[in-house]
Amino acid sequence: MKLVRRLLWYLIGIVATLAVMYMISLAGFGLPGLIETGLLAMTPLALAAVGECLNEQAGTVNVGMEGIFLVTAVLGVLWAEVFGSGLYGLILGSATGALMGLMFGVVCVHGKANQVIAGMGLNILALGLGPYLLMSIWAFPGIHMFRRELMFEPIQFRSGDVYFSLSPVTIAAIVIAILAYLLLRRTLLGVRIRAAGENPMAVDVAGVSVWRIRLYMCVAGGALAGLGGAFMPLAWFGGVVKEISAGRGFIALAAVVFAGLDPLLALVAAFIFGFSEGVAYTVVVSPGVKEIVPFYFVQMMPYAVTLLILVAAIGGKKFPRALGRPYVRE
Amino acid sequence: MIKRLAAMGRPLAESGAAVVIGLVVGAFLMLTFGYDPIRAYFALFSGAFGSAGGLLESLAFATPLMVTAVTFAVGVRAALFNIGAEGQMYVGAIGATIVGGAILLPAGVHPAVATAVAMSLGALWALPAAILKIWRGVHEVVSTIMLNWIALYFVTYLIRTYFGEPGRAERAIPALPTARYPIIGATLTAIILVIVAFCIAVAILLWRTGVGFELRLVGDNPEAAKYAGASSSRAILVSFLVGGLAAGLAGASQVLGRPPSWTLYATLGNLVNLGFDGIGVALIGRNHPIGGILAAIFYGGLAHGGRYMEDNVGVASEMVEAIQGIIVIALAMPEIVAIVRRRRQS
Repeated sequence: MKLVRRLLWYLIGIVATLAVMYMISLAGFGLPGLIETGLLAMTPLALAAVGECLNEQAGTVNVGMEGIFLVTAVLGVLWAEVFGSGLYGLILGSATGALMGLMFGVVCVHGKANQVIAGMGLNILALGLGPYLLMSIWAFPGIHMFRRELMFEPIQFRSGDVYFSLSPVTIAAIVIAILAYLLLRRTLLGVRIRAAGENPMAVDVAGVSVWRIRLYMCVAGGALAGLGGAFMPLAWFGGVVKEISAGRGFIALAAVVFAGLDPLLALVAAFIFGFSEGVAYTVVVSPGVKEIVPFYFVQMMPYAVTLLILVAAIGGKKFPRALGRPYVRE
Repeated sequence: MIKRLAAMGRPLAESGAAVVIGLVVGAFLMLTFGYDPIRAYFALFSGAFGSAGGLLESLAFATPLMVTAVTFAVGVRAALFNIGAEGQMYVGAIGATIVGGAILLPAGVHPAVATAVAMSLGALWALPAAILKIWRGVHEVVSTIMLNWIALYFVTYLIRTYFGEPGRAERAIPALPTARYPIIGATLTAIILVIVAFCIAVAILLWRTGVGFELRLVGDNPEAAKYAGASSSRAILVSFLVGGLAAGLAGASQVLGRPPSWTLYATLGNLVNLGFDGIGVALIGRNHPIGGILAAIFYGGLAHGGRYMEDNVGVASEMVEAIQGIIVIALAMPEIVAIVRRRRQS
């Protein structure tokens, strides 16, 4: 029954997306371009959302994904420049994210912090640290463009006149979502992770450290968000600005809520949200539309869509019982 | 009386410890990039509090934070994380801009009407998040952030299309002289009195009325509240609406009460982050409107002194924001109390 319902959700998501795509392609926009942008926008959302799923399954909420995005986007570019390659930027950006996840984990798991406040603290820290790093490293306020060669290039497909490019990171994000699902549902470690969120005392009694599991998941969540953060400048925008994260960390949180902590559903949600962003970008530059619909309303779209989908989809979701509560041995 | 003072000692020590941690981590971040933190902090604090002019300016920076802190604090009192002050403030500010700049009213009435409109619009923008929370259980962290972004683009749109100052595309029409609050000194205006009065009113509402008692009960102990027959829906609604009024007032203060521009920039540059800063202010002020006033003055000093730090030592003023983030993270940890207490004993 649960499986049927889940499959139904996947189906609804995919059908709805395809229907919107079809209507948009009828209106005369290039479908491959739209999907390309949609997948680019999906990638950071999906990575952070899957990371957050792991995080929350183990019992810690990290609302600081936005902050991790911002800091790793800036530092990812720095690492790429220092080591002369976009790939190093992505890997070390992810490592930076893991480090931030570790710090958050230590504060929440061992410091027994209020997780939402600590996460917001992380966001505020990043709000200052991002521009501070931009200014201190490149001595230019708010923006940095890097050399074109440092971009992590996508794979190009071609059939006839149609070109289609797909970033390897996007493929990695999809694979990671599937692996995370299998990890949670099909392995002993997955059972322990879920138990750490559902009934931490039972895990503790079984001789497994709740704190360690939660800490590892915080690190994993940070690493995935870090990859997503570094992805934005290095494989998508080609530069970094101080507003680069633009609320995406919170959209990823919305995707997780929508998905009820299921990594595969989170992937679907990330695609829907990413796609609405792709539509926004495509519509913005299309003649005939840009004269009628103000640019600002198009920019609102990803946020409005996120809000609407949350309203429609919430309810009936079961979240781990110990979610958000630090574990204290009694 | 002595007991009461002693009870205040611990929160003060906790807030103090968090502030020290923030400043120390900030110092390490400065050392990483080769700046001298001692010179930087000296420039910051002497700039912020070292002269009468500096102090007035710091108070001017503190003014909006006093009320954005109320937004967060009144949320926490009802067990909500209302981080929507940012968007509610934008919407309030555009309301103040329109009424203050485009409508003709007599001098005494004009600022009052403009402020009231701004506050109502702030409350109006808080309403969707409250309804979604009560009706569908949508978590307010996500809904308020989405509303913040929608407000940002909506208000930018209004400024760029309808309310831009002719010939100066970068900003909205300034408030008419009749709508402006009188200047006290530097860029501090009389709106600080309105704001302090509002903070006191919220404190009275929370601790001296039935509505406030219900709100705090729902926040402290939802189970007990249920047995006592308290309505959690009403508590949530009141919390969001009071928070929205506060944020709208913050928006008004930057338009009707902040020379020299007396208006909004199209980028909202003179508003951005004031709502988020309110979170830290509220936490340092122990989620009490009066504590928030004191914490806001400290934050205002950081904001104003940050410019001196940038000019004299070269440390980007955004460092101040990073320090505030560390302070918030430190305040999230209850263990800090234990650490402070152990220190005192040894």
